[in-house]
Amino acid sequence: MTTSSDTRNQGAIDPRGPRLGAGITALLLAIVILLGASTAGLVLLVVIALGFVLGAVRGAEGTWQGWIFRTLVRPRLAPAPPEDLEDRRPPRFAQVVGLVVTGTGVVLGLLGVLTAVPVAAAVAFVAAALNAVFGLCLGCEMYLLLRRRGIVRAA
Amino acid sequence: MEILLLGGAIAVTALAGVAWSRRQGAVRGPRLAGGGEPADWLPQGADLGARATFVQFSAEVCAACRSTARVLGAQAAREDGVVHHELDVEDHLALTGRLGILRTPTVLVLDGHGAETARMSGAVTPARAGEALARLTGEQAR
Repeated sequence: MTTSSDTRNQGAIDPRGPRLGAGITALLLAIVILLGASTAGLVLLVVIALGFVLGAVRGAEGTWQGWIFRTLVRPRLAPAPPEDLEDRRPPRFAQVVGLVVTGTGVVLGLLGVLTAVPVAAAVAFVAAALNAVFGLCLGCEMYLLLRRRGIVRAA
Repeated sequence: MEILLLGGAIAVTALAGVAWSRRQGAVRGPRLAGGGEPADWLPQGADLGARATFVQFSAEVCAACRSTARVLGAQAAREDGVVHHELDVEDHLALTGRLGILRTPTVLVLDGHGAETARMSGAVTPARAGEALARLTGEQAR
């Protein structure tokens, strides 16, 4: 058993992990925006979207950004007090939202609509940067409205 | 062109983030349609506090709901006649629509008769919870 699955079993994670991950993702998305409607931008967006696939399936702590936090960053930080630990489901839901947004850009880009790549990256950038800088999880804020309209099913 | 898009995205992030942070847990007026009527919507077994009742609507995907539940639970334990109920929106979807609840956590502050006197959305701090109670006490004194 690895530490990551131990964390998963507990159902609680260090909230600084997803925030750091969102910061890394926001930087990459900024690069996608700057690359514009290009194949290079599309390739990088595919890499980012694959990260969101990991997060949607395994939770935010299961992404490569989560791995960076666990191995490189957390050992250098003071341990998070237990009462500050966060349920792993909200960050995981945020990963699903990120996957939907970046996935839309990837699909449209592959269909030849390369303009969609920087646009989808800009939308995802706002969500990721809000999470990293302000701790605001846009997907979580929208969850109730989406749920009521039947757009998402129970988490 | 690309730099404009990035600049725009950064500006939107900054504006939305600051606006959101300011409104977190702020005590606002009641929003219930037919305002001031005693709550007839409280689920079975959710009793009113003599002084105040915090009814918190929470979702599983909501991290701020947990900290808010801790703050309000502690407040209810500390003060006489103050009660805290937490409802999962999953079980009360229609009710959240009727009450005009858009996000979680949303806390309705009810007086001793069950009428909504205030509501708070977003993470609630102990200071904000105290503010909501003080507002209630001020209204009862009048």
